[in-house]
Amino acid sequence: MADNMVTVHIIDREGVQHDLEAPTDMNMNIMEVCRSYELPVEGRCGGMAMCATCMCYLKSDHELPEQSDSELDMLDEAFFVEDNSRLGCQIQISDEIDGIVLELAPEGN
Amino acid sequence: MIETDITIIGAGPVGLFTVFEAGLLKLKCHLIDSLAQPGGQLTEIYPKKPIYDIPGYASVNAGELIDNLLEQIAPFKPGYTLGESAVSIDKEENGDFIVTTNKGTEHRSKAVIIAGGLGVFQPRKPPVANLEKFEDNGVEYIIKEPNLYKDKDVVIAGGGDSALDWTIYLVENEIAKSVALVHRRASFRGHLDSVQKVMDLADAGKIDLITEAEVTDLYGNEKLEAIGISKNKEASVTRNTDHFVPLFGLKPTLGPIADWGLEIEKNAIKVNTIDYSTNREGIFAVGDVNQYPGKLKLILCGFHEATLAVQSVFSLVYPEKKNVLKYTTVNGVSGF
Repeated sequence: MADNMVTVHIIDREGVQHDLEAPTDMNMNIMEVCRSYELPVEGRCGGMAMCATCMCYLKSDHELPEQSDSELDMLDEAFFVEDNSRLGCQIQISDEIDGIVLELAPEGN
Repeated sequence: MIETDITIIGAGPVGLFTVFEAGLLKLKCHLIDSLAQPGGQLTEIYPKKPIYDIPGYASVNAGELIDNLLEQIAPFKPGYTLGESAVSIDKEENGDFIVTTNKGTEHRSKAVIIAGGLGVFQPRKPPVANLEKFEDNGVEYIIKEPNLYKDKDVVIAGGGDSALDWTIYLVENEIAKSVALVHRRASFRGHLDSVQKVMDLADAGKIDLITEAEVTDLYGNEKLEAIGISKNKEASVTRNTDHFVPLFGLKPTLGPIADWGLEIEKNAIKVNTIDYSTNREGIFAVGDVNQYPGKLKLILCGFHEATLAVQSVFSLVYPEKKNVLKYTTVNGVSGF
């Protein structure tokens, strides 16, 4: 694989897994990567952790950075939240997340 | 009837700036917005967030940008219909448009510019079966008239400030017969003093604080009679109540715009980039609500779109007059 690329595995709402290549040097996050591959992720607020339409469930044992207050605030008010809920827009594409598995949360937030 | 040259639907940054560019062409505007204050998302959702891509500002807070826009358009004395959402656009025989709101306010104009952003802000509805069946029959998403809850059993859901504040209000003013607050987590992230107050009320037995729980079922015939509350995802426990008030904030939806005979693409209004006109003559769409090849949802692009749209409106309003580009540095800004 080219330098500066990692693979992220996104399970869509039909249960189909998409193996996506994502660049680590474009300041992108999971929400943006999903949208660039035209997966059904709305990202209504544009990535400010203010809508939860990019919520997903962490299915692999990757250690992610601690969640920010704004992410936790949003998850507090969101629907379909589980212990492994994360906002896709708050997960930066980096070497550390290579191979991560995330499942898209249901629509309705 | 409110009468102007242009009715602008949406008082976000792009709708506001439209007033300025229209004013330079001596076109008078009236703005309609579903929110109670101008500014759209910027004041409703992220007033304290800095924006870095407004030309001429290294950084400007969203709320401050709106204040500045309001100051900039003040000379053109725009009218405002706030807290009402546009529901229909009808064209009269003489070519005038009548835009009517959900409260029946009518606006007559020669042209309509839709600057509706992501749409109308509506309450976020929790995913509970039968919720819509009981709307206004025991389920309310906004507390408009607290006396509706006089001597009633009320269940509020949510963990934010409005859920906390209304819980406190209904109890301290001795309005409701009983109040329960249901929240999905054990802790609250609202203002600390509100959280403390709710905890104190719960300790004093004045409210039922039900945490790590969600409302999962609604029961009743015509009216809501009971709800099911599930704690830690276990089987739900039934609780009698007259009202269920889920308070989970607002979210924008395209709403009635989708029914106005406009060509919709990707949940937005398709426009011609010559002047951001829609498929209906005299109706334009600018800002996040429109869609065209190469579209970027940026405030600065919306400003550009609005500037071009009002040039076409000018030709529509004054077909006999010639329009010459004037610079504000030469002419200044003369209002109405």
